[in-house]
Amino acid sequence: MQRFSALTVAREICRFFALLAPLALAGAQALAADAPRLGGELVFAVGETPPSFDGHRETTFAMIHPLAPHYSTLLRFDPHNYPKIVGDLAESWSFSRDGLTATFKIRKGVKFHDGTALTAHDVKATYDKIIFPPEGVASARKASYAMVAKVEAPDDLTVVFRLKNIAASFLANLASPWNFVYSAEKLKKDPRWYEKNVLGSGPFMFVEYAPGSHWIGKKNPQYYMPGRPYLDGYRAVFIRDTAPRVAAVRSGQAAVEFRGFNPAARDDVVKSLGDKAVVQESPWACNLMVAINNEKKPFNDPRVRRALNLAIDRNEASKALSRISVMKYIGGLYRPGSEFATAPAELNKLPGFGKDINAARNEARRLLKEAGVAEGFSFVLKNRNVREPYEVTGVFVVDQWRKIGLNVTHMPQEGGPYFNDFRQGNYDTGIDFTCEFMDEPDLYLLKYLSSDKSPINYSRYKDPMIDEYYDRQSRMLDIKDRLPLLRQIEKRVFVEQNYQFPILWWQRIVPHSHRLKGWKIGPSHYVNQDLRDVWLAQ
Amino acid sequence: MGRYIAKRLLLMIPTLLGVAALVFFMLRVAPGDIVELKYAGSGTFAPKEAIERERAQLGLDKPLAQQFALWIAGVARFDFGRSMWTGRPITEEIKIRLELSLQLAVMATIVAILIAIPCGTVAALKQDTWVDYLVRTFAIGGLAIPSFWLGIIIILGFLILFSWIPPLTFTPFWVDPWTNLSQLIWPALAVGYRYSAMATRMTRSAVLEVLREDYIRTARAKGLWERAVVAKHGLRNALLPIVTVIGLEFAFLIGGLVVTEQVFNLNGIGMLFVESVTRRDYTMTQALVLLVACAFIFMNFLIDLLNAWLDPRIRYQ
Repeated sequence: MQRFSALTVAREICRFFALLAPLALAGAQALAADAPRLGGELVFAVGETPPSFDGHRETTFAMIHPLAPHYSTLLRFDPHNYPKIVGDLAESWSFSRDGLTATFKIRKGVKFHDGTALTAHDVKATYDKIIFPPEGVASARKASYAMVAKVEAPDDLTVVFRLKNIAASFLANLASPWNFVYSAEKLKKDPRWYEKNVLGSGPFMFVEYAPGSHWIGKKNPQYYMPGRPYLDGYRAVFIRDTAPRVAAVRSGQAAVEFRGFNPAARDDVVKSLGDKAVVQESPWACNLMVAINNEKKPFNDPRVRRALNLAIDRNEASKALSRISVMKYIGGLYRPGSEFATAPAELNKLPGFGKDINAARNEARRLLKEAGVAEGFSFVLKNRNVREPYEVTGVFVVDQWRKIGLNVTHMPQEGGPYFNDFRQGNYDTGIDFTCEFMDEPDLYLLKYLSSDKSPINYSRYKDPMIDEYYDRQSRMLDIKDRLPLLRQIEKRVFVEQNYQFPILWWQRIVPHSHRLKGWKIGPSHYVNQDLRDVWLAQ
Repeated sequence: MGRYIAKRLLLMIPTLLGVAALVFFMLRVAPGDIVELKYAGSGTFAPKEAIERERAQLGLDKPLAQQFALWIAGVARFDFGRSMWTGRPITEEIKIRLELSLQLAVMATIVAILIAIPCGTVAALKQDTWVDYLVRTFAIGGLAIPSFWLGIIIILGFLILFSWIPPLTFTPFWVDPWTNLSQLIWPALAVGYRYSAMATRMTRSAVLEVLREDYIRTARAKGLWERAVVAKHGLRNALLPIVTVIGLEFAFLIGGLVVTEQVFNLNGIGMLFVESVTRRDYTMTQALVLLVACAFIFMNFLIDLLNAWLDPRIRYQ
């Protein structure tokens, strides 16, 4: 029998642990890499400057990206589980039995950056400004809250919304990233104070804004969430042109550009940064669509409009345009992949979405002939003079319509004349767009309501059936009840009338530095921009 | 001379008034509306009453003549009003950008002078030799190559070779000279090259003309060193057209480097100009046009004074 001395045993034990040590170290490093690291300044690029600092009046990402980190909202979308709604300032909420009263409990101990307490009265004042703006105060999303009769704050920690009717989109609208909670005191003194000033309760405090150059925020040490934010601060650098913006991310001077790049820019970044680049991609709640002037001959004839829809090969569009632009997903009126989207098998049955493009184009030619539109009929497609994705899509659409014998001129325009012409009805057809912060039919369908009900419907038609279906579905809380009506609206748009129709939905592509952690891409570039969960790895 | 200066300064007023009227009415003729642009930018619903209210707040609902009168009255008090897009005072918006544009213009001018005068002079002295052909090719290259393209090549070169680009934001020279110069030297070189091309050709022509003059022959006959003949007698007399070209080009650099500023992401007057026109920010565009007009008028005036100093034969009554 072999005997082991104490020394031998000790030696063997040491050798065992020596073998284990590198494994343990690697494991610890891996764990450390996943654990949020405190400190650092995040530098990110933004493609435009904010027109004002007021989230309630603005509609551009150029405001949201630099300013959202300064503010809290009542509710928010769970950044890691979109579209789940969670509380931000609201700790909890409940609805009355009849669904017409929503009561929110506000967190205790939240402070504005100037040290004053944030209470339910500030939330009430904020929503009064959004829903019932005083004279001279602009509120871009007021109409989304038409269901609200009144907002009350019976005590410092309770906000009550009294509704006129049940509305499916009510809670989601309260999670809007634009609904920054403002100080009631500031609003009382000057309801337009927030257009030029910043005072929030968010994870970051305002430091500096150099117009046209950069925006700086620093960590809020009094933020209500312990341990957050992880970053010491952030710097948003305004870079208008795409090429220098891509160059900024490629060189590592900017960690990310949150809105998104096209595929070529993504590839450039990946080529430059190699394994130091991470690419996140997601379907985007934005699309380009064809707007048709329904008041103008021959576009007032549904057969002509249907022909224009049938002529477009969306499958080919997806393949070709997704290589050079963010246009990618084939979908109907609702973002493909969302809970409201029509399943591909059903969508393929709708005009313009079938697989047999030759049959569709033959049908289109037949319809044009039947409607008395001569071969070579000329008209204009107006568009924004933004190369990608607008102009490239316009070129594609013009090519598709030429295949059914139409002679179309593509006319890219500067922003001013473009919006002017659309509003005045001074166009034949045009490329229009929609970009929403959430998958909510109430928002997507605003474009399709009768033009006397919806100022963003440039196609100049009235359809009481669509208006009625819209009102009915917006009052249904159960998605199972809403879906049949949403399908009816889609059928009305694509099968029966073709007033206007989407071409493709976008793909959001965000390549960024591997050091950027804690940020997850979502279908909206407006959401999840408060940076409170973001941290920088070594 | 004092009367001449006073007369020139007074003449600025009707010139600027004419420019002001022209830009004011031309802007309003162009289709599009700043309020529509602000609201419709992302395709979101914008209520009609909000748009009308905003227009009223910006004074766009008043008659044109009234708008013009109010604006001119403000300009006379050096109050250019507020930007219709941001609501911030225009003087503040311009001041932030003017420093960068001025520094870039000065640096580009220095680059141009350092290249143009020696190269142009040498080319003139070595006319029809390989030196002359080299300088002329270099100058033609500068005229043919757009400065923004050169800027793109510089940026791409740095990016591909060194994974580096110039700093993204402007740091004033007195805060951090190294960061300041590492941002602005590259656009200064890109712009200065083109700028130097014109000045080089002008220098060469002017020196060639002067070198044929009798007083140059006399200077050489007197036994002066060639360097003294060229520098003291030749170049001094050739400077008048060179100064004119350089001076006018300097004025253009204030607000004229639109594409170069985009390429290098410089927050300068050129970029502000493009943005204000695109956004239909009338007040800002008007103020910037007046600024550039002032720059041209002032540079013209300065050139005339400089010419009078360089050439004592010129006397302004």
